[in-house]
Amino acid sequence: MQPDMVSKVKNHPKYRELLAKRTIFSWILTIIMCSIYYGFILLVAFNKEFLKTPIADGSIITIGIPLGVVVILSAFLLTGIYTWRANGTFDDLTREIKKDVQ
Amino acid sequence: MRNLTLFGIITTLLLSASVVIGAGVDLGQVQKQELNMSAILMFLLFVSGTLGITYWAAQRTKTAKDFYTAGGGITGFQNGLAIAGDYMSAASFLGISGLVYGSGYDGLIFSIGWLVGWPVILFMVAEQLRNLGKYTFADVASYRLGQTPIRSMAACGSLVTVLLYLIAQMVGAGQLIQLLFGLEYWMAVVLVGVLMILYVTFGGMLATTWVQIIKAILLLTGATFMAIMVLKEVGFSFEALFTKAVAIHKKHDAIMGPGGLVTDPLSAISLGLGLMFGTAGLPHILMRFFTVSDAKEARKSVFYATGFIGYFYILTFIIGFGAILLVSTNPTYFSDFVAGKLKGGGNMPAIHLAHAVGGDIFLGFISAVAFATILAVVSGLTLAGASAVSHDLYANVFRRGRVDEAQEMRVSKMATIALGILAIILGIQFEKQNVAFMVYLAFTVAASANFPVLLLSIYWSKLTTRGAFIGGFVGLITALTLVIIGPTVWEDTLGFAKGSAPFQYKFPAIFSMAAGFISIWFFSITDSSARAKEDIAGFEAQDIRCQTGIGADGAVDH
Repeated sequence: MQPDMVSKVKNHPKYRELLAKRTIFSWILTIIMCSIYYGFILLVAFNKEFLKTPIADGSIITIGIPLGVVVILSAFLLTGIYTWRANGTFDDLTREIKKDVQ
Repeated sequence: MRNLTLFGIITTLLLSASVVIGAGVDLGQVQKQELNMSAILMFLLFVSGTLGITYWAAQRTKTAKDFYTAGGGITGFQNGLAIAGDYMSAASFLGISGLVYGSGYDGLIFSIGWLVGWPVILFMVAEQLRNLGKYTFADVASYRLGQTPIRSMAACGSLVTVLLYLIAQMVGAGQLIQLLFGLEYWMAVVLVGVLMILYVTFGGMLATTWVQIIKAILLLTGATFMAIMVLKEVGFSFEALFTKAVAIHKKHDAIMGPGGLVTDPLSAISLGLGLMFGTAGLPHILMRFFTVSDAKEARKSVFYATGFIGYFYILTFIIGFGAILLVSTNPTYFSDFVAGKLKGGGNMPAIHLAHAVGGDIFLGFISAVAFATILAVVSGLTLAGASAVSHDLYANVFRRGRVDEAQEMRVSKMATIALGILAIILGIQFEKQNVAFMVYLAFTVAASANFPVLLLSIYWSKLTTRGAFIGGFVGLITALTLVIIGPTVWEDTLGFAKGSAPFQYKFPAIFSMAAGFISIWFFSITDSSARAKEDIAGFEAQDIRCQTGIGADGAVDH
């Protein structure tokens, strides 16, 4: 990449906006995913009894099962949220930056 | 001279890995079954179909870009299916449903670990890979760093990961095919090896992608059918499914919660880290992001892939419980019903369940799907390994980038054939070994060597060539060493006394990842060489391309 292109993009206000928005967004989602997953893993390690509690009196289904399914669904949901926002907002910003500098 | 030293390091590493792994325990002979005609017919149908696709793909594979990335024109949806096909190995289909069959809930814990790496890949590396790289993840890692050391390091990490994974798949393939099709073990391994060489050498990434897509569709269809049949059996009531399973299973209600898979918190976290970040360091997975045209399609691929894989893991959970109901109660599926010995061993519940719910025809279908699964995964692995050899080691390290495309492609085809033959030899060598730990070892190496180097090269401006090179190898060697001196290999595989392993944790990822990251950090910040200044100065331009895709390799060359 040409040095003048680097400084043009770097100083573009939309570039800073893109950077700030995307960095925060991916960090938040990463932290959410890790909290959900490692929270689940810590339950497995520290509180097996909780996971073995029935979801309702007399039910054979334990809390651990819907919780596990929720972890799986949350992974899918979070990738959906990121993809939706990145393919919209972030790509719009990128397109505007590209249009201005090229 | 430097090249020779590097080559020496690589060879020694690979050799020491294979020597250690080679010394294992006898698993016992898998008994051969009678020929299963419907399985063979469906398998032949799959093979002829995929060879047809390979012929079609071969007409379209002209340039290096075609060979490594299918021309870069795969859509996000197709790539999502192909990723799912690349990732859902026979180990996860048969292994997880077998684990659920044996211990219930623990199977779910494992499958969740295998899934949660995907969001992290999306948030951290997917579009960055697409924007910075061309054919291999080493393109990204070495973008602003010294080509020779970083590509050699990345190629080592890739090859170790690929070989470990490949051995596990080949041995699994041999045993499975021996059991399902009544073929000799060695014939089964040779057959897998030859087919995979044909797909990859002639059809490159395009054929590999379509083999993976077809396999993903077949596997998802088959697993869905099985899960529906299981639920139909219990009147579509989960309450009834679990009640019956608890009544039948010898562990009773223990199968409804976590059991003995992880005992202490450190192991639990370590297992989680290895699975989560290992996924983000698997070369055959990372390579799939170069097959799409831009960042948008790269993101979509992960979204679809996560959906398919998550759905598949939920199915395997139902299938495992279904097998408790329908397989564990039927003596015909056992070689020794009283001792609880399943025909074919602990990985077979899903296969027997296929027979229980769909008779011989469906058993044939699932058997052929299991074989297709192995073929799709080994093809992806071989292509990733061959690319590390031809694109990283040959074109960029030995020839310093002065090489024409035709030559590079010739080398990658030769590397494919060599890797295929090596896989056949290792597959036969390891017939009697317990190879289950190898997949986890591959994940640990990927999480400790490939992933730290890739992540820091994208995000950390102060990363230097020296830091990445030393740190990458520290992660690689620590991961290998700790697994070898840990209980799984030392006690269970090498047969030393219980409790004698020098390192008492089964899952070392937390230590080896820390070793990798800390060494990269330390050897980078203490690096004041001229090369280091160049590395740091290059970050700004790299970051702009990474963030915006300006200057990124487009979808089509012409």
